[in-house]
Amino acid sequence: MKLYDLAHCRAGDKGNTSILSLIAYRKEDFARLANSVTADAVKRHLKDIVRGSVVRHELPGLHALQFVCEDALLTGVTTSLAMDTHGKALSSALLEMEI
Amino acid sequence: MAKETLRLGAGAGFQGDRFEPAIVLAEQGQLDYLVFECLAERTIALAQRARLQDPEQGYDIYLRRRIEPLLAAMKRRGFRIITNMGAANPEAAGRAVIECARRAGIPIKVAVLSGDDVHSKLHSDIRVLETGAPLSHYRDVISANAYLGVEALLPALTSDADIIITGRVADPSLFLAPIVHHFGWPLDDWTRLGQGTVVGHLMECAGQVTGGYFVDPGKKPVTDLAHLGFPIAEVRSDGEVVISKVAGTGGCIDERTVTEQLLYEVTDPAAYVTPDVVADFTGVRLESLGKDRVRVNGGHGRGRTSTYKVSIGYRAGFRGEGEISYAGENAEARARLAGEILSARLGEDYPDLRLDYIGSSSVHRTDFGHPHTPYEVRLRAAALAATAGAAERIGEEVEALFTNGPAGGGGARKYVQEVIGIISCLLAREQVQGRVTILESHPLHETV
Repeated sequence: MKLYDLAHCRAGDKGNTSILSLIAYRKEDFARLANSVTADAVKRHLKDIVRGSVVRHELPGLHALQFVCEDALLTGVTTSLAMDTHGKALSSALLEMEI
Repeated sequence: MAKETLRLGAGAGFQGDRFEPAIVLAEQGQLDYLVFECLAERTIALAQRARLQDPEQGYDIYLRRRIEPLLAAMKRRGFRIITNMGAANPEAAGRAVIECARRAGIPIKVAVLSGDDVHSKLHSDIRVLETGAPLSHYRDVISANAYLGVEALLPALTSDADIIITGRVADPSLFLAPIVHHFGWPLDDWTRLGQGTVVGHLMECAGQVTGGYFVDPGKKPVTDLAHLGFPIAEVRSDGEVVISKVAGTGGCIDERTVTEQLLYEVTDPAAYVTPDVVADFTGVRLESLGKDRVRVNGGHGRGRTSTYKVSIGYRAGFRGEGEISYAGENAEARARLAGEILSARLGEDYPDLRLDYIGSSSVHRTDFGHPHTPYEVRLRAAALAATAGAAERIGEEVEALFTNGPAGGGGARKYVQEVIGIISCLLAREQVQGRVTILESHPLHETV
């Protein structure tokens, strides 16, 4: 199953850091997400995108996880040579992950 | 006694935002304040570059277009406007708005907040947060602006100005300041400042909390996005807020749209650092109150830091780009061959040459191994260079693929753009002083 089926996501950026939220559509799916979508699993999934570390924050009250991905934006919005300099479309990249 | 509920509208969430939603809010939002956040990190550096060329420029290029249509409604309905559209030149922005008001025959007062420009206060050995390198590593710094906060904005709010124009101010502070002013919150009431920062953070991107940037057809449907309404924050004296919008506008507000915006760009939900407070979003609770109304409370905070964050713009060279399309049978193979040819022709002089295959893997820089055969692929090449002339060569070589590349290439385009890089550092609070100046469109001594 793809994360796309269980959760939604918005990507934000700060410098060369991409910040990806993962929000369960249904509260009851949060535990499953928290168990399977670890920081390591996200780092593996985004290995071609994220060069640095991935840190996960848990927000059970919002049934959400927040992934902070370092060195993920080819230097960041102002100097990046990427097509999507903000990494805004990376929300969809996270939701491609299979669990 | 202060009104029990303060109503704030968000009129824009970035420089290029739409114009019409603010007019709807001005007429139908029953607002106390209409706030425009239009200043991204890089925008102020570009504005500084404009000011260097013309001392009366350097404020937001859309300032007049946004403010002029609102002046009459502002006076008639009695709300105030707060905006960071002053960018690199808040004083000139203030004069421009005064000029608009004179032309329209509408008497207004404008409070201009400056003091965020700290370029002259930076030493070359100050550490850059992103890299740890000294600032001297970046040769051509063109701007340095501290993120001012509520404390700097309060004198402007205490004045009787109709419009408050700032340069760099932390985005949530643009909303928190009128809340603090209205309810008289102490500047060390960290819990309420934390909750008020939640309000500001939810509002600062305007349509991103009302269903904009949220829709996914069939999965996350939202009605009438074409007429997306911008948000209203109905704030109580304890900081609890209901996020709503004008009835009949498009979009939607529910727990999902609010959660996406609450977490947007937040690197640590337990420590969201602003000039006003270190806010904690981890205890935030959302409750839907029916159609397009969500109640938000539970934001907390702790003592603010002893520094201001400073955003620094520097000249980082020129970006050269070129694009060309291939379509039909074997399109991807021809695009990839064109990429190989460009690598051979440019790779030695531009070791960071970037090649993207639009329609295949350009956006995520990978396709996660999905097997697919696109009908068309657009090759895009990009590189940074020290001079505009050197950057032009990227597009030149792409265009030359017409007669020197694979079969059937079409639609070549080339671009060169100066690159302004952004880095940041911290500066001790006592080195930064906000200054408020009041301008009047129809001062008494000029009345005949």
